[in-house]
Amino acid sequence: MIEFRSVAKRFPDGTVAVDDFSLVLPSRQTTVFVGSSGCGKTTLLRMINRMVEPSSGEVEIDGESVLGKDPVALRRSIGYVMQNSGLMPHFTVIDNVATVLRLVGVQKRAAHERARELLEVVGLDLALADRYPSQLSGGQQQRVGVARGLAADPNILLMDEPFGAVDPIVRADLQQELIRLQRDLDKTVVFVTHDIDEAFLLGDQVVILDKGARVIQVGSPSEIIDNPADEFVSAFIGVERGRRALRIKETPHGRVLVDSEGRTQGALVEDGG
Amino acid sequence: MNLFAQAFAWLFAPERMEGTYALPTLLGQHLLYTVISVLIAAAIAVPAGWAIGHTGRGREVAVGISGAARAVPSFGLMVLLVLVLGVLRIPEAAVVTFVLLAIPSLLAGAYTGIEAVDRHVIDAARAMGMTEWQVFWKVEMRLGLPLLVGGIRAATLQVIATVTIAAYVNLGGLGWPIIQGIPLRRFEQVLGGAILVALLALLVDLLLALAQRMAVPTGLRTSSRDRSTASVPASS
Repeated sequence: MIEFRSVAKRFPDGTVAVDDFSLVLPSRQTTVFVGSSGCGKTTLLRMINRMVEPSSGEVEIDGESVLGKDPVALRRSIGYVMQNSGLMPHFTVIDNVATVLRLVGVQKRAAHERARELLEVVGLDLALADRYPSQLSGGQQQRVGVARGLAADPNILLMDEPFGAVDPIVRADLQQELIRLQRDLDKTVVFVTHDIDEAFLLGDQVVILDKGARVIQVGSPSEIIDNPADEFVSAFIGVERGRRALRIKETPHGRVLVDSEGRTQGALVEDGG
Repeated sequence: MNLFAQAFAWLFAPERMEGTYALPTLLGQHLLYTVISVLIAAAIAVPAGWAIGHTGRGREVAVGISGAARAVPSFGLMVLLVLVLGVLRIPEAAVVTFVLLAIPSLLAGAYTGIEAVDRHVIDAARAMGMTEWQVFWKVEMRLGLPLLVGGIRAATLQVIATVTIAAYVNLGGLGWPIIQGIPLRRFEQVLGGAILVALLALLVDLLLALAQRMAVPTGLRTSSRDRSTASVPASS
């Protein structure tokens, strides 16, 4: 369990990235921070592994403040996947995946063995193991990034817009892969995105944020769609007009649901039917 | 006979291999002064440049010092140091001059190398749990190496050129035939010396250019040719 307690972050230039944020992120679930750019969601994420230090307040993991821990050891115990993969360009794929294992002192052979397993877990061909990141496609690089984040088998996986820079088809693929992984691995995932659809697809708990990481609404995707907190959320998730503003249309063959553009999105079926 | 032919005749005359001013001796002196000076300068400037590049602090100071050092006329500085240290300390005065000359390029090579590393990569390295030393040693230093070698290349060539004029204060080196030849109006000797210095500079530049290329980490050297073979049947 990760808990934020009245966390604030003010940068020296006076910008307030996070202004009094409190939230519990349950274990073995995916919590998604979603909001437009500059809302402080990445700052929140990076406070968990002390890449950013809060100006005030506490971030706790299982009841222990991260501020009391050695930042290097803390970061090694938490998986981190970032946008644009952040792979070491001078390391081969296998060495990239094995990075954290090597840092914590695992022998090279054992680390490579484990790294190879992880390449399979994330659906990469082992023939890529000795390639360099520049020789991979964007989607492949992101998979390597995910494998690297999982290598030391951390309980917590932080993902900072990991699929933001890949094309929509590859992104959909990676999202499904992450859902599958999460089903198998049961990590506590903290995911940052500006894409509300991605948030609803991946999140058990979705946190909609405004400037200064002000929480507008927290809940499961269903809770948020069922009952948006305010106009902003309605507009953001598109239930007033847009893809989620569905109404029933009678057709000779039954009832279907159409969106605000009049496009049919699905059929209305009876429960159990 | 034209001057070039005379110069080559002078170069290949048997007397060039004899005595205190034999060409191999002069070449040896030239190289020795160059290597010693660049090594001393590197011992000072490279760690300092790395520290500046890694911490991002002291950059203005480094730029200031480098700019000032570049503006100092090398010949004037050397003559001044010889006068200050005394004629018995010519080698020391000369080496101090060469070191001062070499420092700006080496300093710049070291810190720009690290500054040029993608911030995303450094951030990722730190987020993986590398210590500051590991971030520097495994990432910044490796990726900044080509620019550092470029700095070494620039510094070495500058020192080679300046060692030539150091013959004026009687240091020896390949500048000696040039400096001695001018007042004697032995232009074949002047040209012969100049050809040797030019050849030495070109050769050293070539070797260091190769070293610079080899300093590029493999993952960054891969050409577009390799990319086309990257289409292993894998998802995405």
